Amino acid sequence: MKQTNTSIRIPMPVRYLINAALIVLLWFILSSLMRSGAITNYWTGIIIMIGINIILAVSLNVATGYLGQLPLGHAGFMAVGAYAGGIFMRAVPVQEFLRAGNAGASVPYILIALLISALTAGIFGLIIGIPALRLRGDYLAIITLGFGEIIRVVLTNIDSVLGFDFTFGSAGLKRIPKYSSFTLVFICVVLTCFIIHTVMKSRHGRAILSIRENEIASESVGVNTTYYKTFAFVLSAMLAGVAGCLYAGYIGSLYPSTFKFMKSIEILVMVVLGGMGSMLGSVLSATVLTVLPELLRSVADYRMVAYSLALVIMMIFRPKGLMGSYDFSLSHLLEKGLCAVRLLFGRKSSEKKGESRE
Amino acid sequence: MSRTPRPKTKLVPQPTTNYLPERDADKRPILETRHLGIDFGGLSAVSDFNVAVGPTEIAGLIGPNGAGKTTIFNLLTNVYKPTRGTILLDGIDTAGKSTTEVNRMGIARTFQNIRLFRQLSVLDNVLIALNNETRYSALSAILRLPEYWRRERIARDRAMELLSIFDMQPLADQPAGSLPYGAQRRLEIVRALATNPSLLLLDEPAAGMNPSETSELMDNIVKIRDTFQIAIMLIEHDMNLVMGICEVIGVLNFGRIIAKGTSDDIQSNPLVIEAYLGKKKEG
Ligand SMILES: Nc1ncnc2c1ncn2[C@@H]1O[C@H](COP(=O)(O)OP(=O)(O)OP(=O)(O)O)[C@@H](O)[C@H]1O
Ligand SMILES: [Mg+2]
Repeated sequence: MKQTNTSIRIPMPVRYLINAALIVLLWFILSSLMRSGAITNYWTGIIIMIGINIILAVSLNVATGYLGQLPLGHAGFMAVGAYAGGIFMRAVPVQEFLRAGNAGASVPYILIALLISALTAGIFGLIIGIPALRLRGDYLAIITLGFGEIIRVVLTNIDSVLGFDFTFGSAGLKRIPKYSSFTLVFICVVLTCFIIHTVMKSRHGRAILSIRENEIASESVGVNTTYYKTFAFVLSAMLAGVAGCLYAGYIGSLYPSTFKFMKSIEILVMVVLGGMGSMLGSVLSATVLTVLPELLRSVADYRMVAYSLALVIMMIFRPKGLMGSYDFSLSHLLEKGLCAVRLLFGRKSSEKKGESRE
Repeated sequence: MSRTPRPKTKLVPQPTTNYLPERDADKRPILETRHLGIDFGGLSAVSDFNVAVGPTEIAGLIGPNGAGKTTIFNLLTNVYKPTRGTILLDGIDTAGKSTTEVNRMGIARTFQNIRLFRQLSVLDNVLIALNNETRYSALSAILRLPEYWRRERIARDRAMELLSIFDMQPLADQPAGSLPYGAQRRLEIVRALATNPSLLLLDEPAAGMNPSETSELMDNIVKIRDTFQIAIMLIEHDMNLVMGICEVIGVLNFGRIIAKGTSDDIQSNPLVIEAYLGKKKEG
């Protein structure tokens, strides 16, 4: 315990540099392994799906873990983002660029597609969030649940209303250019985590957390709770839209049935298993819950059973989730590592490194 | 909305100002209520509540359990919508304002059943109350612009300064929920003060405190009034505290004011003895 005042603190700018270096290193290792073929195309696909699911989980975590609401329509925002991005990318000549191996020329279009997806999903978030979040209580759960289903029905049937092909209904929106490369998804994951982290470690994030902690107290100290609830919810929706856009560019064809209620629940399970309010938890459980079903293809039919079992077991043994509300910081881990090293070698007060975790 | 923000009180260098034993008659009251009342279903929880609180006054509100004291605080902060009557804060009607807006107009409060942001640190609890004066956009935060660092540092310094009222700086990094009871009550006061109020409402600030903590709290309440030059209205069952520091005391019974005056007036009032002190002797 006395070791706490001797603990190592890495100064801020250095922390950012270390984090950036570690992230670039991770990208470099993964992409070289992919280029050399050590990671097969099959596994590259799974890694891309992991990235998309990480974005979905950490963005949902903003609304559940940080804001303390229970949205049940995250797949709806993903669908909005996916279709918005997909329809745009089919309309612009990206397919030709990609086929010609001219990926550079498609970059501006990809950026625009991501922006369109985020904005469209964000607008839907705003339309749903404003009425639902004015009220205290569980209205958001019910309204978002309805929204998720309505979006799916609209995507299936809108063509017959419009009178021309727009979403291609249940036949599916096909031949979307496959622009979601590993690098693009990786950058989006890093940016998403960075944005959420920096927002949460600011006055805006603290206001969001205060609503989760005690809404009445939050109002009593002048926090505009309606504004911040809407802010968090729209941020969550926008990032889900980005995930949808990446999904469209990875899978190449979209069907309304992909974005069923169960997809929302899958994302929610990732957040709950990882620990509400823990970004590291969401990242880990999104990874595990993407890889596991791939490894256990033979028992894929029982996936929902496995999910519910995992949840029940978790609630019994770790009710606060895998990571509790412990948050994500590479340099924090590094500090602890340095501390442990110093304790082991610097002085002879050995075997105390476990305690510095508390 | 037209309240001009009061200049921030510097805590450390300023010497204790002269204590004004009676409120200035020439100054406009910071709070005035007229025929304030609320019904819950058939029950009239508060009725015909009229007070005027001077800008640097310490006022006390006492009364037996269930008399309606907390309900009055909830009315003043617009947590409840009054059935009847008007609330004037510095001359401005607060009807139709949200709790958030009322706080920005100058009323801050603590809660009888403590409402801290329990999982957040002591420092964060105060920083949240400083949210409105810590102005930078979400974009500045994401890009970590110099503005972000500067405003965060200012807010942090101010929070630490406010925590120093109760010597709580060493607790800054602890989760608020892990503090002992007395410290939680003190943190609620600091958090309320952080919103730079002109009227501070304290709901049973000494509840759960031992006698030495209570007497320290009494000194601190007077100190807060003197340094911040604000009005304080408090609900308390501890008669030593109320009689010791309140310049005016209102006694509430069944939602009605049955007596109002200085501690001497109250102690000799037969109605009060019957309704409140008398009951206490029996039980
Ligand atoms: N939201 C509410 N709905 C219905 N009745 C309420 C509500 N809030 C308070 N009351 C009733 O109003 C009356 C006054 O309650 P209040 O909490 O103001 O008492 P109090 O004077 O603060 O008592 P205590 O000293 O126990 O804190 C009580 O009879 C209570 O049951
Ligand atoms: Mg009460």
